[in-house]
Amino acid sequence: MNDNRLEPTLHELSRPGRVAVTMPAPSRRANIPPELLRDELRLPEISQLDVVRHYTRLSQLNYSIDTQMYPLGSCTMKLNPKVNDAITAMPGFADAHPMQTADQSQGSLAVMHGLQRILAEITGMDDASLAPLAGAQGELAGVLVIKAYLESIGEKRTTIVVPDSAHGTNPATAAMAGFNVVAVQPQPDGDMDLEHLREALEEHGPTVAALMITQPSTLGLFDRNIVQVAKVVHGHGALMYGDGANLNAITGQVKPGDLGFDVMHINLHKTFSQPHGGGGPGAGPIVVKEHLVPFLPSPHVVLDAGGSTLEAGSNRGSSNLHPPASSFALVDPPFSIGRLGAFHGNFAVLLRAYAYISSLGGEGLRAMSEAAVLNANYIRARLRDAYYLAHEERTCMHEALFSAKKQKAQAGVKALDIAKRLIDYGYHPPTMYFPLVVDEALLIEPTESESKETVDAFCDAMLAIAREVETDPELVRTAPHTAPLGRLDEATAARKPKLRW
Amino acid sequence: MTIDVARIPDAPNRRLGDTPIVQHPYIPLTDDDRKAMLATVGVRATADLFADIPAEHFRPEIDLPDALTELELLDHTRTLAARNRTAADNACFLGAGAYRHFRPSLIDPLVMRGEFLTSYTPYQPEVAQGTLQTIFEFQSLVCELTGMDVANAGMYDGASALAEACLMACAVTGRKRIAISDRVHPNSIATVRAYAHGRDIPVEVQPHGEFSLSDEYACLAVQQPDFLGRMAVAASEWGDAAHHAGALFVVAADPVSLGLFRAPAQYGADIVVGEGQSLGVPLSFGGPYVGLFACREKYTRQMPGRIVGETTDTNGRRGYVLTLQTREQHIRRERATSNICTSQQLIALSTAMYLATLGPTGLRRVGELCFDKAHELAARIEHLPGFSVEDDEPWFHEFVVRTPKPPVEINAALLERGIIGGLDVSDIRNRMLLCVTEMNTADELDRMVEALAEVSR
Repeated sequence: MNDNRLEPTLHELSRPGRVAVTMPAPSRRANIPPELLRDELRLPEISQLDVVRHYTRLSQLNYSIDTQMYPLGSCTMKLNPKVNDAITAMPGFADAHPMQTADQSQGSLAVMHGLQRILAEITGMDDASLAPLAGAQGELAGVLVIKAYLESIGEKRTTIVVPDSAHGTNPATAAMAGFNVVAVQPQPDGDMDLEHLREALEEHGPTVAALMITQPSTLGLFDRNIVQVAKVVHGHGALMYGDGANLNAITGQVKPGDLGFDVMHINLHKTFSQPHGGGGPGAGPIVVKEHLVPFLPSPHVVLDAGGSTLEAGSNRGSSNLHPPASSFALVDPPFSIGRLGAFHGNFAVLLRAYAYISSLGGEGLRAMSEAAVLNANYIRARLRDAYYLAHEERTCMHEALFSAKKQKAQAGVKALDIAKRLIDYGYHPPTMYFPLVVDEALLIEPTESESKETVDAFCDAMLAIAREVETDPELVRTAPHTAPLGRLDEATAARKPKLRW
Repeated sequence: MTIDVARIPDAPNRRLGDTPIVQHPYIPLTDDDRKAMLATVGVRATADLFADIPAEHFRPEIDLPDALTELELLDHTRTLAARNRTAADNACFLGAGAYRHFRPSLIDPLVMRGEFLTSYTPYQPEVAQGTLQTIFEFQSLVCELTGMDVANAGMYDGASALAEACLMACAVTGRKRIAISDRVHPNSIATVRAYAHGRDIPVEVQPHGEFSLSDEYACLAVQQPDFLGRMAVAASEWGDAAHHAGALFVVAADPVSLGLFRAPAQYGADIVVGEGQSLGVPLSFGGPYVGLFACREKYTRQMPGRIVGETTDTNGRRGYVLTLQTREQHIRRERATSNICTSQQLIALSTAMYLATLGPTGLRRVGELCFDKAHELAARIEHLPGFSVEDDEPWFHEFVVRTPKPPVEINAALLERGIIGGLDVSDIRNRMLLCVTEMNTADELDRMVEALAEVSR
């Protein structure tokens, strides 16, 4: 084998005639119109052992939650309980066909209806839709719901206000839904600048449809002005859109619905522990207040009381999660924004979230957010002398936002270098260069899953790197030294794309 | 059960109190850990860390059931699973966009390896080469199947991939009108409509095969096999018509059918999408699945979604990175090609494993088995009194049967006999869409024929 390759590709492993599995022979000769047949199919031909080794070896090149701490800010890399995988593999769920009728699918629909109610209850909203297939699609659904609602009351509003600390998906979503984007800046203390917000709303006047805001913010802070912000936004006839990416910090501590949010999406793959799978699948349900329920995406699960659908809001409260069998139905809400995908949402993801929440219960969810926030503040306290802390005067929520600007000024060591050096210490790097409003940002989110010993060992590694920056900055600037590969040439990859074998 | 606030020790002044410590398997901090950590942080109680939350909204009641232990959770979910009637213990002849295919045994243990399952998007390539190389291989496999030049890492599902393809066609052509065949899956058409409505782009559903295009249209979108299972012989004429009008030809193809049938590139497709579920992904009541997305090379930089490319590291060793990211939301924000930031990676991985395991002969044989078994069942149903098969166009593994009674009645009777029947596609006639794959046994085919004969008596 050529030694510049960590692992050959499937294509390189292929030898004509090898097979990894055989299929039964057809009982008769397929009589297919020849003009429809393809002439060649160049798929790899590999032995079974080589397939197994290929994927096993590739897996070993990854860092993961199952192998090490993964403190990636804003991504909530927590324990993914194996029992949830066992549940999704139950044949009663795994072999359920999405086009089966509701009466044949009562178990799946009970899970979905239960989860709709749970999510509405946790967030203080009136109902939920599980249709969005990812967080970003949840954003699109939420913004389309706002658009449909405003159209229904005869308002043509074309602008969405987004803080410039927001995830990139927020402005990208607003654009996909046909809105212009106006950015507002937070105050130096991280909270929304009410004056600037008022100015923006007055300047763009009646064209503003909504404010999209992440709470807690991407700075890892709970916005102390949030109730005022909601009042100002509502005062201009606009709606409050909540990005629920950081819900892990506040679950059980406060309900966003009580703060004035009209619609919000929830990343089930963050707060509710869907394994990230190297980049999906997740799910992005949205929760809404009563006035937005008729616009929810299709399909929506309702209790079918003698053929009529429930009134808006009656999905709230979860004490009796499972009414008698054969009582759930899939319906199209009356003024639905339509479909976001082929079927009913990422059911197995929904099922895992349902299982996760059921494992914790209400008190467990509170304990979860408390431990997540305590872990983050502990890291903040341990590292604050070594690294510049973005908002020194405040406590943080579930993630601590540092900057490497001290190290950059001292020795030309950047956030990227520190992140790469952490790899040598056996940790996945934190989120770097996000949020964009903080230079050389390092956003650290430990989650509630990590023990004090693990968090301490991570802090020790961060402190050791800070010392290395003083004693041997080159060591940090050229990291990683122990990873399967050194730093990769991303510029050439983009300039001369090689995207397939 | 409602949480009883009175049970929280210092309920009268909840700001000072913490939730009672419940040592939970998912939360390792002990009471002692907390005390030590609070001292380091310099606050009295964890609740102090939430002081920014308005007091009147702090720690509201949450009306949720009590926590379940793992044992109880398994029992509870098993009970719910038992309320479904599924293909696990019934013969299944339902397709219509989600297909039961053989899943080789090696896939589950490999795809469920924690290093794949519990890693994040490969933003740090030095410690994510496993995921990155599997994406590069997935892209290559999708190109081989579809005959296209480039593919992305995956979309949410086939329907949303089609919607994004139509929007991409609008961006490529600078036009704002989408034409789509009425034999595309109705749920896919609905998805295209929802996406297009965001950008105020009209969607025109045109009668299959009688397409009418002009220089206003960004694309013509068709499905192969179409919603009723039929393979179009005239597809290349539609591609020519689209190109003649300056529009893109978008094809939604079932990837399993591509083991047997012409690649869409051969009949002029500019963008090919597909529902990856049929590549051995469990039905799971509709998701998670993965959307396939491939196109001609000249449109590479207008593709939505994640893309992986090959490069080298500082020592000249081969490696893979996320690339062409300037199309994406985290860089381009409101000017991104899409807001998508997931690639259904785990499902994409499972489909790549499926293709690597089946290989060219295996995939072709799956197609042949589907074709043969489905055509055998159709021929036998054709002989039943009152039934006839719509057979005027070639079809793959789904076919329309005209039935002597409303399909809803037939399906109820079939279910009593342990058979999940077909989809009701009645127009003014009683019609049912049946699907047969390699998973349907000879015995199941016999039972189906007998049952239909009984039902129609």
